[in-house]
Amino acid sequence: MPDTNGELLRMENITKVYPNGIMANKSVDFSISAGEIHGLVGENGAGKTTLMQILFGLNHPEEGRILLEGREINISNPHAAIAYGIGMVHQHFMLVPSLSVAENLVMGVEPRKGIRLNVSEAIKITQELSEKYNLKVDPSMAVRDLPVGIKQKVEILKALHRGARILILDEPTAVLTPQETDELFEELKLLKNQGNTIIFISHKLNEIKNLCDRVTIMRSGSNQGVFDVADVTEQDISRLMVGRDVVLKVKKGPANPKETVLEVKNLTVVNRFSKRAVDDIGFSVRSGEILGVAGVEGNGQRELVEAITGMGRYASGDISITDTDIKKLSIKQIRDLGTSHVPEDRMTQGCVRDMSIEANLLAYKHDHQEFTRSGFLMDMNAIHKMSDDLVQEYRVLCSSAQQEVGRLSGGNIQKVVVAREFSSEPHLIVADQPTRGIDVGATEFIRKRLVTLRDEGCAVLLVSADLNEVMELSDALIVMYGGKITAYIEDASSISEEELGLYMLGLKKQDAEEIRRALHV
Amino acid sequence: MFKSLKLFELGRIVIAIVIALALAMVIIFFNSDMPGEALKSFLLGPLDSLRHIGNVLELMIPLIFCGLSVSIMFSAAQFNLGAEGGFFFGAIGASFLAVNWNLPPVIHPFIAILWGGAIGAVFCGIPGLLKIKWGASELVSSLMFNYIAFFFGLYLINYFLRDVNAGAMVSYPFGETAKLIKLIPKTKVHFGIFIAILMIFLSAVFIFRTRWGYRIRVIGKNIAFAEYSGINTANTILLSQLVGGFIAGMGGAVEVLGLYRRFTWQSLPGYGWTGVIVAILARNNPLYVPVAAFFLAYLSIGADIMSRQTDVPNEFVAIIQGVIIILVAAEAFLARQRHKLVVKEAMA
Amino acid sequence: MNQILSTILNAEFGYSVLRVTTPILFATLGALISDKAGVINIALEGIMLISALTGVIFSAISGSAWFGLLMAVIFGGFVALALGYFSLNLKTDIILAGVALNMIASGGTIFVLYLVAGDKGISASLASQVLPKINIPLLKSIPVLGPIFSGHNVLTYMAFLMVFVVWFFLYKTPIGLRIRAVGENENAADSVGISVVKIRYTALVLSGMMAGFGGAYMSMGYVSWFSRDMTAGRGFIALAAEAMGGATPVGGMLTSLLFGFFDALSNSLQILKIPYEFVSMLPYVVVVIGLVIYTIRKTEQAKRIQERAAMNVSEEIAALSAGSSGEKS
Repeated sequence: MPDTNGELLRMENITKVYPNGIMANKSVDFSISAGEIHGLVGENGAGKTTLMQILFGLNHPEEGRILLEGREINISNPHAAIAYGIGMVHQHFMLVPSLSVAENLVMGVEPRKGIRLNVSEAIKITQELSEKYNLKVDPSMAVRDLPVGIKQKVEILKALHRGARILILDEPTAVLTPQETDELFEELKLLKNQGNTIIFISHKLNEIKNLCDRVTIMRSGSNQGVFDVADVTEQDISRLMVGRDVVLKVKKGPANPKETVLEVKNLTVVNRFSKRAVDDIGFSVRSGEILGVAGVEGNGQRELVEAITGMGRYASGDISITDTDIKKLSIKQIRDLGTSHVPEDRMTQGCVRDMSIEANLLAYKHDHQEFTRSGFLMDMNAIHKMSDDLVQEYRVLCSSAQQEVGRLSGGNIQKVVVAREFSSEPHLIVADQPTRGIDVGATEFIRKRLVTLRDEGCAVLLVSADLNEVMELSDALIVMYGGKITAYIEDASSISEEELGLYMLGLKKQDAEEIRRALHV
Repeated sequence: MFKSLKLFELGRIVIAIVIALALAMVIIFFNSDMPGEALKSFLLGPLDSLRHIGNVLELMIPLIFCGLSVSIMFSAAQFNLGAEGGFFFGAIGASFLAVNWNLPPVIHPFIAILWGGAIGAVFCGIPGLLKIKWGASELVSSLMFNYIAFFFGLYLINYFLRDVNAGAMVSYPFGETAKLIKLIPKTKVHFGIFIAILMIFLSAVFIFRTRWGYRIRVIGKNIAFAEYSGINTANTILLSQLVGGFIAGMGGAVEVLGLYRRFTWQSLPGYGWTGVIVAILARNNPLYVPVAAFFLAYLSIGADIMSRQTDVPNEFVAIIQGVIIILVAAEAFLARQRHKLVVKEAMA
Repeated sequence: MNQILSTILNAEFGYSVLRVTTPILFATLGALISDKAGVINIALEGIMLISALTGVIFSAISGSAWFGLLMAVIFGGFVALALGYFSLNLKTDIILAGVALNMIASGGTIFVLYLVAGDKGISASLASQVLPKINIPLLKSIPVLGPIFSGHNVLTYMAFLMVFVVWFFLYKTPIGLRIRAVGENENAADSVGISVVKIRYTALVLSGMMAGFGGAYMSMGYVSWFSRDMTAGRGFIALAAEAMGGATPVGGMLTSLLFGFFDALSNSLQILKIPYEFVSMLPYVVVVIGLVIYTIRKTEQAKRIQERAAMNVSEEIAALSAGSSGEKS
């Protein structure tokens, strides 16, 4: 066994199948050495978070075993993981905002003085830890008053205080400014020098290069290889990470773009962390074309979609749909302009689980003239006919249109969503992750529909983290990275996935002039 | 596939009721010297004479109004408990018109009932307005408004409508034209039962067949989806509270005009609270409201008869009702059996 | 006007404010503890009622007011435990479960009252005891202050002492820390091995015990008997007082005193020519107004924070674009 010296932890043959049939991990082997910073990279849905959740006891594999220092261990829940010295810093912080740093740190293992919480001891513990690991925090400040970067330090200290020797950090830099990121890296290196082991999940390859000793690359649930970071270039990693396995071909003729339907100019959206999620971007979508928005998730796509559909406000810039400024319009008024929206989250926004397919298909159309009689009554015959027709047309597998949506499979629920959105004679379709997590049949069906609508003169804005989807379906592409557009590709079929990967991961950027072409002016 | 689940839901309610009734029997056996007698009058008393059947029907009328009212307000997922006050205030509004106005028959009660409804609507609308405007908890404010309605209502009656010549704190007698006609001799069943039936029908149409009802149901089930679909959620929530309050107010008006010669209440009648149970049993469906109202009216009259004929006080019905709410509203009650059924259906 | 002023500006009025505040304050502290753990205890009203009757019955049986108090508090905790079981285990919506418990309490107390006292209205036939009043030595002889602060029921002093105890418990003990953590971010608490359900049970039981004190005071201090529905919405008022008090013990005490003030005022004004029904309405109106003012203030605050953030960003953008145009020239 050549590589076992220094091996601290080993996950062997891990297979995880989710109840919806998706195989998130396929016989994955993963190993880390004592005292290293180990990068774990992969696209969304590559299975890295699932793998780490298994390691932290939040998820349980169908097959496989975990060995800590050669001994098999059973991690049934996070407490067991903590007991084995494994700590995790989640993307969403597990902190109590109104409590102080020290209180958050000792929560669950509080030092006592009689019946009292020993505050001075808690503060002392915090200070000592803070000094030992050089993670500077003010123990008596309330967590809600802290900037994100400091909150993250508190999370790391919390894990260390509970005896973590192996620290899993799930995309820790996603919420940080560049300065905070640099600071974090210094601190992590110090932690490493003190003998701790760190698993660092990221999309950002420059960070992997800067920080990590080794990197494991995952794609579609499989391990694509482990490398010493010094031996590989960012381009190598990108190639292994971004790729397509099964290419679902969609037959489509060339696009025939006509007048501009959606125009976005100098758009800036500020999210609730006062961070510029969308940062001064501009593009346009014309009738009869599909514009794909490629990018790793969390680079401003969600905020962009919210701004266009009226679900969220924007700080500055202009959005117009069919030459109408939408800044002051309600969601309904935006829909009245002919906008359809396939939302990213079909269960919370896209449907009502406890209502019938029919009621779900109605939604925006419920007060339309064609479904109304004698002024205010709903014309049930027309509604039944509409829903029966759509169920048939979109091949929704169900006992009848009266069945509750919550009882359908994911693919069929999504068919209900798109049937509703595509059937309102839209001028503009904003399709956000339209085929995420659904079966191949439904995926193919929905993609074909999008092409048909394009051919009928619809403008389509397709946002997808699925590379296969954006590349196959789009006529033109914009790539978003860090809230900005890093590339505009006029002919989506002309770009290779390697090159697209470079833009998506921020390794390459077109110049301003090239990007401005996205506005078609 | 979903039919058997619906059947299961019905079965669950039946089991909850059976458990509650079993509890009732236990209470009776422990507290009565003549348990057999007591049980018989509790379970069969309401059927043993025309007068008792009439009692059940009379009691159903306010329960139907309050049940419909709460069903509509709860359909929008608003915990507005103001039906109690809306009912009380509607009754007072109607009393004013019944005493002071002179109108032809039919028109007189018609106007008085609509007026009662309008007052009820305003009353239940205020907590709704405070909620959508500022996010003030409709639960707390509606509870307070019930007390405000009570005291303010008594103030109005005692200072503007009180018949000083009557011995008690009661209003002047209602005009003959304002009263609702009695339907069945020897009982007090009045025309209000037809109004209640009409309201069941109208509420069902409103909730299931109009755009507003559709919006209310969507908001109640998933407000994020309602917003995404372009529904004006604030206005719709307010509307649901206004409509619910209107029906409660109508109920109060119908009750006083149908059963009384003067306004005589000195405490809140409590039908608003029973309306909450009616709505829960009926799963907020107007069409099931009469069934739930009948059941609760039957229980209540049975307990009254029992307490009159035997030594068991009728208030124990409140215990039975409470247990039924808890079990019917308990998601986890028989959840394992339900899950098994779902799995079995999925496998089939 | 002068008459109103003279009503308020005397020691007797001050005394009665404290007297009527007591039950509301207990219930407010109860509402506070459960709210901190993230559960709404709407059953406070019913619990107070049950405890009021429990106190009367057990003090009559044992001849000891203190034993009555003990049983009232235990029953209060026990009913809250049931609420916890319904909502945490059976997963009944806690508001509906609370409504149900209030209903059971209202009817059930009358039922039991009839069984033990043979009357459906009042417990006059029971020889129930009253908790003692305490004259505070030095204080009682000081003019003005003496008559206001001395000679209250022992539970009145205890209520104000409880403000400190609850504060200490919530903010100075490990269990208090956990309660606050569970209420604010249950995932965070769960992730460090704190059992969310156990903490919520604890908080609910303590909350019920507080209401138990309040109920015992109603029937063994405020008056010396139990009468049907005698709590008259004090449990509900407490929910509002807790919210308005910004979910802190001292804030809750101040808002309870505010309601106590209006409650006492309504009692005093009844002597004047103002209609009794009108003044009885006053405390409830004040609750609604207070609740609205409080929520408006809260939303305004949130809005200001958001606006400030947005303004910062737009300033920053303006500065940047100014900077970039500067670069060009």
